[in-house]
Amino acid sequence: MDMQQQLESLAASAFGALQPGEDATLSYSGEVTDFARLNRGGVRQAGTVDQADVVVRILRGRRHAARSLTLTGQDDAGRVAAAVADLRELLDLVPEDPHLSVHTAPVQQVSILGDAPDGPEAVATVLDMAAAGGSRPDLVGIWGSGRIGRGFASSWGQRSWFERGTWSLDFCLVHAGDKAVKRTVSGLAWDPARVQAAMDTARQELIALGRPVKTIAPGEYRAWLAPSAVDEVWSLLRREFGERGRQTKTSAVMAAIEGRQRFSPLVTAREAVGTGVAPPFSGDGWPRPDAIDLVRDGAVAGSLVSSRSAKEYGVACNGAAAWESAEALDLSPGTLGDADVLSTLGTGLRISDLWYLNYSDRQACRVTGMTRFATFWVEDGEIVAPLQVMRFDDSAIRLFGDGLVALGADAELGMSTSTYFRRATGSTRVPGALVEGFKFTL
Amino acid sequence: MTDAVVRRFRDALPADLDFCSLRLVSTRAESLSIRKGVLQPLHDAEDLGAMVTVRQGRGLGYAATADLSAAGLAGAIQRAREWAERTAAHSVFDYSRIAMPEPTGSWQSPVVQPWAGESLAQKLARVQAAAASLPEDDRLVEWEVALERTRVETRLVTSGGGDVTQVFDMVAPDATVVAHADGRTHTRSLGLRGHSRQGGLEIADEVDFTGLPGRLAADAMTLLSAPDCPSGTMDVLLAPDQMMLQIHESIGHPLELDRILGDERNYAGTSFVTLDMFGTYQYGSDLLNVSFDPGVPGELAGYAWDDDGTPAERQMLIRAGILERGLGGVVSQARAGVPGVSCTRAASWNRPPIDRMANLNVEPGDSSLDDLVARVERGVLMRTNTSWSIDDSRNKFQFGCEWGQLIEDGQLKGVVRNPNYRGVSATFWRNLVGVGDRSTFEVWGTPFCGKGEPNQLARVGHAAPFCLFAGVDVFGGA
Repeated sequence: MDMQQQLESLAASAFGALQPGEDATLSYSGEVTDFARLNRGGVRQAGTVDQADVVVRILRGRRHAARSLTLTGQDDAGRVAAAVADLRELLDLVPEDPHLSVHTAPVQQVSILGDAPDGPEAVATVLDMAAAGGSRPDLVGIWGSGRIGRGFASSWGQRSWFERGTWSLDFCLVHAGDKAVKRTVSGLAWDPARVQAAMDTARQELIALGRPVKTIAPGEYRAWLAPSAVDEVWSLLRREFGERGRQTKTSAVMAAIEGRQRFSPLVTAREAVGTGVAPPFSGDGWPRPDAIDLVRDGAVAGSLVSSRSAKEYGVACNGAAAWESAEALDLSPGTLGDADVLSTLGTGLRISDLWYLNYSDRQACRVTGMTRFATFWVEDGEIVAPLQVMRFDDSAIRLFGDGLVALGADAELGMSTSTYFRRATGSTRVPGALVEGFKFTL
Repeated sequence: MTDAVVRRFRDALPADLDFCSLRLVSTRAESLSIRKGVLQPLHDAEDLGAMVTVRQGRGLGYAATADLSAAGLAGAIQRAREWAERTAAHSVFDYSRIAMPEPTGSWQSPVVQPWAGESLAQKLARVQAAAASLPEDDRLVEWEVALERTRVETRLVTSGGGDVTQVFDMVAPDATVVAHADGRTHTRSLGLRGHSRQGGLEIADEVDFTGLPGRLAADAMTLLSAPDCPSGTMDVLLAPDQMMLQIHESIGHPLELDRILGDERNYAGTSFVTLDMFGTYQYGSDLLNVSFDPGVPGELAGYAWDDDGTPAERQMLIRAGILERGLGGVVSQARAGVPGVSCTRAASWNRPPIDRMANLNVEPGDSSLDDLVARVERGVLMRTNTSWSIDDSRNKFQFGCEWGQLIEDGQLKGVVRNPNYRGVSATFWRNLVGVGDRSTFEVWGTPFCGKGEPNQLARVGHAAPFCLFAGVDVFGGA
């Protein structure tokens, strides 16, 4: 049984078990994924994960309770019906939920795209590519491929289905120690040529990592943040545009929300699920618009609103998950072309990746983190030396506010490679950024 | 039920497999939570699945499935075998060199008051009583009080006759309180769900759950009017709940053999520790003694066998400051050629085991808390982690805490907000100048250690006394 049929079968069972006055919803997540963990150009661990689960929620008026069940392929319909019966017993124990907000429109939507390759065969192709032309390279990373399904069904008639066949290769070519070039390639149709191109450009960059390492003193530096480094900064900021954070004053960008500070007029950021990588509906069935402006021309323009926040604060739900974080962040590109990056940087740092960011003063949006992988010292537009890793500690609003000189002209869509519990469906599209006065401390 | 699954697994095993294991994992989880006076939606979870691991020739493969029927298990064995055979030529290690353990036995967490011994209404009453300890105050803009329970049952069966059952009962009382006034916001919490432990409802009593939110609220409101933490080089006295993070990031992760072997370089990172350091490297001052101890009662990551089936036993990793042993299981030990510990663990049935730190503790010294404070001319006592960042070699770190208290001329003084400090692992531990005695020793733990590709969260335990460090770079906010 395919995943979409599986959800339909569960819905028939769950909704058929309801009594008068009751409603129910099902939230489905499934995947069949081939993983291969790679190290030193070989395979460290490889295997297949076949998993699916469903969250069954039963409602009677404003009382409700839910259970997550892992699906076994054996009498799952019966287990879901039994869960409905168990949960019914809880409804008398729980009070009415003042923040319950249920999507009751009988939406019908289906989106199915992509075709994942055979995992073992594709992994062999990747390793052969890496080894071509000589000795086994020091390649380390993770291959992931297969189908992902997300679905929602309600007793009010909603059926929302999203399914993608995807592949991704997230890897480093390592020079030595912590000096490496990182690349991530992914897609909806297997394209070995894109892997080859990524390896070729990584190999070129690897050459410069062989130069003697330079250590810089703490201080303020002009720096080019490659898109992956910008993505790391916004991986923190993307969590700060939730309605709850705004209402409870806990958002790290509160100063920007309240207009006490501004991002640069160059900054326009959106939650853009219309790119097609993330489902156009939330886990509790609410539709998600193609794009939600979070920052427009430097000013905070909107927030991500979950169904519970919508009820609690009296604003419209826009399909955010409970944690109200952007899952398809899109930062509009600027005008600085790749060919002009180093000459415009002049003297400073070319930072490929940042790492382990966290707030050192959340109220001030001050963020600390490390440089990582292929970070270079540049003089007069020429790469001089790889850099010893450095710790920064700076305001993220300042970096993308007064400190922002230019944004790159190119912003490539990247699928999330996060695999905690399950393969993620998020994405980012961000350009690089040229910043002034980036503060390094250690 | 698991007996039937095991019979189906054994019946499905082909005779020509070199080695095959089945790791069944069943998880039940519940969370009872009140946020700002509103009971959060009741939600429990039932999860059961299995990972099949096959070693065939040089290769190793796995297949994870929740289909525990005869056909489902046979399919998983076939898929794992296929991976082992098709990647053997590319394998980074010749897995045929390892004799995988074939253990037998059973183990379970010590529990005094079983979770099931109280009704749902009784447990909800516990959470409501804890929430009632919060004062009515407009400055409390956000709060949540929770009682969480997880029960994990694992059964590891091997083709050579191994059969081990372990049952883990865990409870985590938790609370977070946010106060806001005059443009300032401060949070007090248990930091990374730090009271997560093995056991039953007695854990809630041990941490005085009923009064906990009220105490945190008082702290948060005190911070609103506290001055910023001073900057400069000074002594730092770390409470056990911050030692949890300090041990975890700058001892635990650097000592993981899979990081040293390079497996994590694309994600969690490498290590400044190299294999030649074991046995000779001066990791810290001679006051530093670090144990790997899966046997501490109630500590979150206790067990009797790891997920490869290696028997767990206490080992000293650092003794009198000298690095003796790394954190690596049977596979990593064979790859690295150095001694390790029984620490290969998986997040669940859907992830393969990797090297994990489990319970990693700093052993008590001989100073009382008063003694430690009395030795400080100028410094800051810090509690409860709120910010953590460290480089991918686990060397340059910067950590922040929710709560700071000045120490001047051997006396505890006023509260300070936004206490932060930074340092370098390779030198920080050598500046350990005082270690608290058993009276200052506390057991902490967190379920949020992220690592691995594919990504995995692991439960870890860290117990420690108060520890005093000299000459630390300290600073405040903004």
